[in-house]
Amino acid sequence: MTIQLAAFYFFASISVLAALGVIGLRNPVHAVLSLVLTFFSTACIWMLLQAEFLALALIVVYVGAVMVLFLFVVMMLDIQVAETREGFVRYLPIGLGVAVVMLLEILALIGIRAMQVVPPANPARVDGLSNVAWIGQALYTEYLLPFEVAALILTVGMVAAVALTLRRRKGVRHQFPSQQVQAKPRERVRLVSMPAECKEEPKS
Amino acid sequence: MSWNDVIVLLPEIFLTGSICMLLLLDAFSDDRSAMGLHRLSMLALVLTAGLVVWGHGEAATSAFYGMFINDTLAEILILFSILCTAIVLVLASPYLRQRRIAIGEFHTLTLFALLGVMFLVSAGNLVMIYLGLELLTLSSYALVALDRDSRLCSEAAIKYFVLGALSSGMLLYGMSLIYGATGSLDLATINAAIAQTPHMTLMLIGLVFLMVGIAFKFGAVPFHMWLPDVYEGAPTAVTIFISSVSKLAAVGMALRLLDLGLGNMGPYWQQMLAVLAVLSLVIGSLVAIVQTSLKRMLAYSTIGHMGYLFLGLSAGTAFGYASAVFYAVAYSLMATAAFGIILAMSRAGFEADQIADLKGLNQRSPWFAGMMLIVMFSLAGVPPLFGFFAKLLVLQAAIQAGMLWLAIVGAVFAIISAYYYLRVVKVMYFDEPADDTKLAPNSDLSLRWVLSANALVLLVLGVTWSPLLEWCLRAFTS
Repeated sequence: MTIQLAAFYFFASISVLAALGVIGLRNPVHAVLSLVLTFFSTACIWMLLQAEFLALALIVVYVGAVMVLFLFVVMMLDIQVAETREGFVRYLPIGLGVAVVMLLEILALIGIRAMQVVPPANPARVDGLSNVAWIGQALYTEYLLPFEVAALILTVGMVAAVALTLRRRKGVRHQFPSQQVQAKPRERVRLVSMPAECKEEPKS
Repeated sequence: MSWNDVIVLLPEIFLTGSICMLLLLDAFSDDRSAMGLHRLSMLALVLTAGLVVWGHGEAATSAFYGMFINDTLAEILILFSILCTAIVLVLASPYLRQRRIAIGEFHTLTLFALLGVMFLVSAGNLVMIYLGLELLTLSSYALVALDRDSRLCSEAAIKYFVLGALSSGMLLYGMSLIYGATGSLDLATINAAIAQTPHMTLMLIGLVFLMVGIAFKFGAVPFHMWLPDVYEGAPTAVTIFISSVSKLAAVGMALRLLDLGLGNMGPYWQQMLAVLAVLSLVIGSLVAIVQTSLKRMLAYSTIGHMGYLFLGLSAGTAFGYASAVFYAVAYSLMATAAFGIILAMSRAGFEADQIADLKGLNQRSPWFAGMMLIVMFSLAGVPPLFGFFAKLLVLQAAIQAGMLWLAIVGAVFAIISAYYYLRVVKVMYFDEPADDTKLAPNSDLSLRWVLSANALVLLVLGVTWSPLLEWCLRAFTS
């Protein structure tokens, strides 16, 4: 068994275990944290396959943005308010655990990558291009049509989201900034001249 | 990319442009101009169909590095999908107006779904198959949920969405395994690589996952659980679309994946299809008997009909494929008529989707009863009608491929399923009506014309079906 194969089994088993944790853990925050670990381990596997761009994109987009958003939502939605208050200490062990495993994976990756020889079949290396440049070229030449169709799918998602949730209610007060800045003092305050009045004495 | 690629893709590009224009027009206009939007969408459909016919040559052409294939199979399926979409749009507009469902969004989402069908049935690459399918299904989920205030619709949409996402995942997993075994996403390259691949087990597992995805899209047993609930819960206008256009798309997807991509693994998937066909015939025919809801009954009859379609596919010959495409066309035209009549009889707040609602229909409205009679006889496969020849061709294909037992099972269940179609006819003509009020024909003139024409087509194509069959055969013999 080569060292790459051993590393693959290491990352793969962690990602499978973490994926089991996502659906098995009772606490939603723990589940989200193990989802982070799943994505991270998958990114490590891609790194082993020398798909550096994909691996980094996975970490930046999913772990960095989507999962943090997810964590916010889960923490905000949690109905048991008392539980989340004491959150930091409670979630520290599992958070630390996830971080330690990630650190181990990073160290393992650095070690492996130093030893790894470039497989000749990698199309990016054949063309003498970097990974990112190769993906960019493939997306805009060979895979142009799927790329555009994917854009259409995103449009459908947007149209569907608007169609299913937008409601025009009566009696909702909208702001019209353009009209608001055009308002003149005269329209806001009306000075009315009135004869002076004196309060009547209450009759006892 | 060259100009040649753009010209091959002209119908799709034109439709995309039209949809974007409709979206803008809808966003900046009020509800009163809905009829204008409807007319513009119909115009876009007609022009797209014209471009499809104009752009089709004798030989198959491909564009964008083999991603997109323009051949006779794609032409047949696209033209009939456009026809069914046009029928859906005409039938739907009075229905949507009565129920205050967003007309503009209905039109744009339906056209987006049609665009997905066009990409799916002309896909030459696994990526295009997946993206076309997603474009179609994502629009369909939204369409099912479009009646936002109905709880039944929301339930159906959630079921459809969750199970659909699961089946898409299965399909994608199968695709990734096949990519792993052959190293290519191009369907023709995959088919060529099957002979010398050392990873036959991997290919087989991938094939099983692909099969699950395909069977789910058809609604074949045992992946049929979503179908009755979605058909019943969706707004009837959307049910027409799902039951007609989606089936045409599914047969296109199955033929691209199985024939073009995995044709050299024929013996394996033919057996799987045969098992799915028998199960669908049994469950579809037997469970439909006990249904009291007309929409549910038609949903189970769909499952049975998909069983017949699989008979043609599992034959694995050019004639078998042609008969399957013929069957899909026949079924989609019957489905638009059947659900169209349910839609035409419904009013705001009354769906007319129970079989009991049809009691004594002949005394209340002979026109509705007569059309329903034609459709039911056609679905049951009574001789001079379209449905009969579709069944006959499929059974013939099964016998020619040496699967006599399959053909016998098909014939037996054709007779069993005739019971529940004929029960509808009996309820319409021989039962006493629950109330004696005359049923006023639907006030929308274009709806009545389109429905009558649709029922008439079932009769006319039943008599002159051979040109259509020759057209289907041409797709597989060239």
